[in-house]
Amino acid sequence: MSAATTLPPAEVTKRRARGGRLSALVTRVWLIPVVVAAWEIGTRQAASAYFPPPSQIVARAYELWFSGPAAHLFLTDDALGDFLPSLARLFGGWAVACVLGIGLGVALGRSRALAGYIDPLVEFGRAIPPPALVPLFIVIFKLGTEMQVATIVYGVIWPILINSIDGARYVDRLHMDTAEVFGMGRAQRLFRIILPAAGPKIFAGLRLSVALAVILMVLSELVGSTDGIGYQLSYTQMNFDLAGMWSVIVLLGVLGLVLNASFLAVERRVLSWHRRARQTT
Amino acid sequence: MLDVVNLRHTYGQGPSAHHALGGIDLKVAEGELVSVVGPSGCGKSTLLRSIAGLIEPTDGHIRIRDGHVTGTPGDLAVVFQDYSRSLFPWMTVGENVALPLRRRGMGRAARRAAAAEALAEVGLPGAEAKYPWELSGGMQQRVAIARALAYRPTLLLMDEPFGSVDAQTREDLEDLVLKVRELHRMTILLITHDIDESVYVGDRVVVLTKSPARVAGELSVDLPFPRDQIATRELPAFVHLRAEVGRLVRAKEPLPPFHASQQA
Repeated sequence: MSAATTLPPAEVTKRRARGGRLSALVTRVWLIPVVVAAWEIGTRQAASAYFPPPSQIVARAYELWFSGPAAHLFLTDDALGDFLPSLARLFGGWAVACVLGIGLGVALGRSRALAGYIDPLVEFGRAIPPPALVPLFIVIFKLGTEMQVATIVYGVIWPILINSIDGARYVDRLHMDTAEVFGMGRAQRLFRIILPAAGPKIFAGLRLSVALAVILMVLSELVGSTDGIGYQLSYTQMNFDLAGMWSVIVLLGVLGLVLNASFLAVERRVLSWHRRARQTT
Repeated sequence: MLDVVNLRHTYGQGPSAHHALGGIDLKVAEGELVSVVGPSGCGKSTLLRSIAGLIEPTDGHIRIRDGHVTGTPGDLAVVFQDYSRSLFPWMTVGENVALPLRRRGMGRAARRAAAAEALAEVGLPGAEAKYPWELSGGMQQRVAIARALAYRPTLLLMDEPFGSVDAQTREDLEDLVLKVRELHRMTILLITHDIDESVYVGDRVVVLTKSPARVAGELSVDLPFPRDQIATRELPAFVHLRAEVGRLVRAKEPLPPFHASQQA
């Protein structure tokens, strides 16, 4: 008889659950080291200048960005000079898009008359691919931060706007009736009823927009910039620093992952009522 | 206290228009509990929504304490049938109960205390930190009642408040309404499609006809207080009243008036 069968049933399930979690983690991540190893071996074998092995990319990334003094959290001046402006544009553009998108979206969602006028414009606006407007923004704002922020705002506002309209439009009528009966004012209705009720939809839009914001940040910096992560990408490419270019690509992947994970963590907190309410009903 | 005069309401226009209310007259005195009963789909909810100021009636007048109702009156609370949609799932039970009290000019601590007191009154002491969806249907409706109680309305409207709970819970909630009404001397207008319930909780039962609804008849309920789910329901007077209301609801000829002294 094996040891497990003599354990009390509760203990067996607990162990199984623990083992289950560990094996679930292993099944989720085992492929990553395998792919990296295969990539390393493959690129070394091929010895192509365009495809440096991962070890070389990591070394180059360390050299470029992470070999700075301890006082700067080991970041080099290059890293500070590239990351900070990029992140500022990314978050600045995203924040402006959030405020505009949610504000306009809720207003449009709550007013049928307004929505009737604006809906066709929204549909048209979102059909224009954001890169198509970059030349226009360059003319209006000249090369620089303003043009880049404008590109990001224009590109990411649509999912926020459309989801906010949708969320605000379909607030349960009984919620609004209850607010009316108990005499809640406009501000209280907006912040305590409409925004929380539309929250799940709004967050779905925000999550899409975070991913779009990274794309548009890189795009706007590739086209016209003298600093930033996107600029670093084209700079390394022009100087035939292929390992450096790959470092930027990997860095952007990591940035996207980190942003998405942090966003999900915030969403889980803010919408915990929604997740748990759905589990119980 | 509440005076409804010739209230009419029509949804839509032209041939597809639906005449929900066809001229309703209704008076509710201070401290009275009036049940309004009628066949389903007869416009009971339209009546309640008009009094609550949620819809503007096509014609007629509603006065609460000599003030005309235009928009939502400030001294009125409603308990809706669908508690799961009337309570806000993103707020705790305590926040749900305390939310309308801001309008009463109460500070945070006073609001919290009032919410705790109201929850204790409906038999949910210490439930403040729970979320509505963590509670059973009957408990959620208790929260909705607590929210109305804490608001201290002069008029409480209840729209089929026990229509979505099981029979046992329904009886408990009926007794709860009678208890809090006794405690706060509140004026209550309760809408129901349940004939037994209308007699059991009411001081007076108003029966509506099919739509367009009018008042088919009124019966004064002279049953002793405190009412008891078993003892009250087996009184001959209760049985008779129930039959009488049933006849009015089904639009049959009424019996000659019943006097409790004839029996017993």
